[in-house]
Amino acid sequence: MSPMLRVLAQRLLDLMVVLWGLSALVFLMIRFIPGDAVQIMLGANVEITPDRLEALYKKIGLDKSLLEQYMSWIGGVLVGDFGTSLWTGAPVGEEILARLGVTVELLALSLGTAVAIAIPAGCLMAYVRRSASDYIVRVVTIIGVTMPSFWLGIILILAAYKFFPGFASIGYVPFRDDPLGNLSRMILPTVSLALPILASLSRIMRSAMLDALGQDYVRTARAKGVSETMVIFRHALRNALIPFVTAVGITAGYLFGGAIVVEQVFALPGLGRLVIGAIAERNYPLIQATILLVTSGFVVINFLVDMLYVAIDPRVREA
Amino acid sequence: MLPRHPLVLVGGALVFIQCALAIFAPLIAPYDPIGQNIINRMEAPSLSFLLGADQFGRDNFSRILYGYRASLAVSLVSVTIALIVGGSLGVISAYYRGWTDRVVMRCMDVLFAFPLILLAIAIISLLGPRQWTTAIAIGIVYTPIFARLLRGPALVLAESEFVVSARAIGAGDLRILLRHILPNLASVILVQASLSLSTAILVEASLSFLGIGTQPPTPSLGLMLAESRSYALISPWTSIFAGVAILTSSLGFNLLGDGLRDTLDPRLKGTE
Repeated sequence: MSPMLRVLAQRLLDLMVVLWGLSALVFLMIRFIPGDAVQIMLGANVEITPDRLEALYKKIGLDKSLLEQYMSWIGGVLVGDFGTSLWTGAPVGEEILARLGVTVELLALSLGTAVAIAIPAGCLMAYVRRSASDYIVRVVTIIGVTMPSFWLGIILILAAYKFFPGFASIGYVPFRDDPLGNLSRMILPTVSLALPILASLSRIMRSAMLDALGQDYVRTARAKGVSETMVIFRHALRNALIPFVTAVGITAGYLFGGAIVVEQVFALPGLGRLVIGAIAERNYPLIQATILLVTSGFVVINFLVDMLYVAIDPRVREA
Repeated sequence: MLPRHPLVLVGGALVFIQCALAIFAPLIAPYDPIGQNIINRMEAPSLSFLLGADQFGRDNFSRILYGYRASLAVSLVSVTIALIVGGSLGVISAYYRGWTDRVVMRCMDVLFAFPLILLAIAIISLLGPRQWTTAIAIGIVYTPIFARLLRGPALVLAESEFVVSARAIGAGDLRILLRHILPNLASVILVQASLSLSTAILVEASLSFLGIGTQPPTPSLGLMLAESRSYALISPWTSIFAGVAILTSSLGFNLLGDGLRDTLDPRLKGTE
């Protein structure tokens, strides 16, 4: 087996183990539902009788053995059946799909904006490195990282109200119905979500670039008379992008947490609002499916990023 | 040389002031943080209400002092849980290697795969939204961070000469772990604990903001922000000051951790 194939097989195996563990953990969630929650599911207007409780247990499948329950659940998940919402009776998968677009749009815009600014900003900061400005960069980025995005969102709404009274800053319209209205409503949520990660990504880019600029190959390139632009863009930047891309993959998961809160601030009907609403009404199948889908999504994205390195970086391939 | 580092100084001062304000909140707070007085509702900052009053006429300054208490208590408990559970798992994995290591670290990988707030939400959805379930949830979420972080240096320490010689003269595993390995991990632990406290404050505020953390009427910074949001256009003071309080609280621990990393471990200087 070639070394590349072996790395691929090893990583694939790791991925399977993590995904399986994930499904087991998310599945066990439903077993830990407190008893009173099952009673609440019966509804407020129904008298709780042992018969009705038993019927409900049967409906959720709590009367079967743990393994049987897991097998039937995971069997459904693998063919796209995530169960039905406890309250509306609609398939959970459809409810999630209907909300997915909003969250993906918000995440893509924020991550895209942050990356597009962080790369040049980080390079610039690495290039003009001085001890005094170093401290300023550090303090500014730390303030950015600790900035609560939901607070930033509220302040932005207040500022928009004060300075641009006609600007519709909250709510959501689908891109298909009104592309401009959609994007203009996405500006403030994007800014409040992108700013904190922009700070941390610029800092990571800066230190990756500093590392790269200190390498022997950069000195060699300069010594043989390669122009400074070429040194930065062809030699240093390409190498600095490797740790940066890893950081972007990890940030994506962190960003989702931020999106949950920002959706709440700007009244965006995305996955975050869906899951928070589901907790309020104790809609466990919905909570379970959202957590499983979102987390698996990030695991697979990070796996693909990993594989990308193996494909493009010979050092990772051989390590 | 430790206190000379500017980040340690500024961060340490911020942390110290907040801890003092939180501990002595009952002595400092000019008003009852829960008692409502509708006459003073949405007062702008003045001499009698330093940071203004909220929509129920409660003094913002007093509420922020008690908010610090809730936020620091939850963060401290959660990071302590993560440090003890995660740290032990990481060190034990490194010390025993083999199957223990593989099983423990795969479990940590699974936990680590969850987006942070999403896992906290999952745990809270099972335990019910209360202040102490928030602390437990954040503690579980941070466990893999400490396990992964301490495993690396512990692997090196477990192979080092002084550990090998300690074993040679008959020291037991527990003694080696506690007397020889743990003290050498102190600086890594201190830096990560400080940085984790900084983010734990933000996570607690987020969860309370979402309504699944600290429950009213207990004063909490995230909750203050959520409750005052609907009135922010009429009276922005509560929203502004609650946010500033969250920011400075988290900032203090982050600056401290960042500065400590420089002073305690020169090898890590300038890296993330």
